[in-house]
Amino acid sequence: MFFRSQHSKAILVVLLALAVAPVIAHLFDDVFYVGLLTRVLIFAIAAVSLDLIVGYGGMLSLGHAVYIGVGAYSVGILSFYGIDNGFIHFATAVAASALMALLIGASSVRTSGIHFIMISLAFGQMFYYLAVSVNTFGGDDGLRIGGSSDFGPFGDLSDPVALYYVCFVVLVLVLFALHQLVQSPFGMTLRGIRSNEPRMVSIGVSPFRYRLTGFVISGMICGVAGALLANQNLFISPASMHWSRSGEIMIMTILGGMGSLSGGVLGAAVYVGLEYFLSRLTEHWQVIMGPIIVVLILYANRGVFGMLSALKRAGK
Amino acid sequence: MSGLASLATENLFLRFGGLVATNNVSLDVRAGELHAIIGPNGAGKTTLISQLAGNLRPTSGCIRLNGEDVTTVPAYERARLGFGRSFQITSIFREFTPLQNVALAVQAQRGNEFRFWKPVLDDVSVTVPALEILDRVGLGKRANVLASDLAHGEKRSLELAIALATQPKLLLLDEPTAGMGPDESVFIVELLRKLKGSVTMVLVEHDMDAVFSLADRISVLVYGEIVATGTPAEIRANAAVQSAYLGEDEV
Repeated sequence: MFFRSQHSKAILVVLLALAVAPVIAHLFDDVFYVGLLTRVLIFAIAAVSLDLIVGYGGMLSLGHAVYIGVGAYSVGILSFYGIDNGFIHFATAVAASALMALLIGASSVRTSGIHFIMISLAFGQMFYYLAVSVNTFGGDDGLRIGGSSDFGPFGDLSDPVALYYVCFVVLVLVLFALHQLVQSPFGMTLRGIRSNEPRMVSIGVSPFRYRLTGFVISGMICGVAGALLANQNLFISPASMHWSRSGEIMIMTILGGMGSLSGGVLGAAVYVGLEYFLSRLTEHWQVIMGPIIVVLILYANRGVFGMLSALKRAGK
Repeated sequence: MSGLASLATENLFLRFGGLVATNNVSLDVRAGELHAIIGPNGAGKTTLISQLAGNLRPTSGCIRLNGEDVTTVPAYERARLGFGRSFQITSIFREFTPLQNVALAVQAQRGNEFRFWKPVLDDVSVTVPALEILDRVGLGKRANVLASDLAHGEKRSLELAIALATQPKLLLLDEPTAGMGPDESVFIVELLRKLKGSVTMVLVEHDMDAVFSLADRISVLVYGEIVATGTPAEIRANAAVQSAYLGEDEV
């Protein structure tokens, strides 16, 4: 209980800081940081969605970037055909990633452990190469997106601050909804399957349906992150679906602490932040980034959140 | 109150390569009785329970619940038909509290897991019966600690509580008192005695005092084969059982 309330206090502070961040960035006249923080928010949504299936469902997906790609290409391809309506963009992104997750999940969630990882990886690479090969939508070079999603009377997402706050609101809604979900009958069933599958079977639960449902919910949320990313970059390329991108999302989830949901926000902030600052220092930034990630994961085995609360306890 | 279930197996065989783990077992568990299965270590008792519960598929033969063939019905569906199982090796949800453990079984029995919003622990229609069951197994005061922090005996009680929470018509109990201290053991045996008559039970147990005082009938399993079935008095008097199993034991 103690940890839980500490935890929610910490996330409240982080969210409040994120809520006022653009105002501060504006005061210092540095709009660039709004873009960087928007990226943090978008990957936070992806990392939180992955945590649902990894931390609560026990499904280690190494193909989660597929849904970023599906969400982003939904926006890109619709724009390509002259459809700028934001409602259609996001509805399509959600529907397409749900369908994709249903397809991938139906053939993978029966497996577990290393088999599941390999199947998710294989699907991820399959769609990566599909995107590379379709030249209509830019192939390997990617697809430039003409304009951002237009929500008619509500405006569009071309203004960086507006986009930032849309991402922020989406993240808060996702966190709140998943916070409810993991305690609901469905969420508890999913966690029970992760904890002890044979026991769940013996009390009358068929794991497949619950795993698949969790997998689809997770994919849908990640698809929204993809649609937001398309709006930020106004560009989409197959690289956003590459397995290494899936690995990055996984690292954010693990960094934040699996099974904590909000940990994904911290994980994304640490990862995107490190990536930005280190890449300004040297072009070989990955050489520094790698060991830092390894140390963080080794010494913060409950994620950055776990490390913070351990430090706090030690200080008392 | 659900009707009492009867269970029968007909010529059940399970072969693992050359090994015959279950050898022509025809078991007949009458509605409402407590039917004990005893036998030396390695006789195939747990293997038999696993086939009854649907976790293992027999090589040949047939399993009937109330006369209906359930041999190919998967384990989770069998649970929904009224099979409840407790495991010999404690199988609980370690990172949940006992209350959450039992609540999972209560809601699974109702089949309402496709609800996505209201927390399980805020739903009194789940928590009240769950707490009631925890009280029955003596864990009422320990409902909110972490299950992994329970003492061994308490974990065994939780194991039984999960099985009871599904309101089974047929309880398959695989050594419910395994590793328990004498006091805890007596408590569980008394609990089973109270349950008698309200649910059909198949009990695998090593504690012979418990078996002979609880069971309506006993089947003796040796090398996967049933060598005798009868009342406790008949089994005690059976010469084949004496030599095959009870020989060195003083019963």
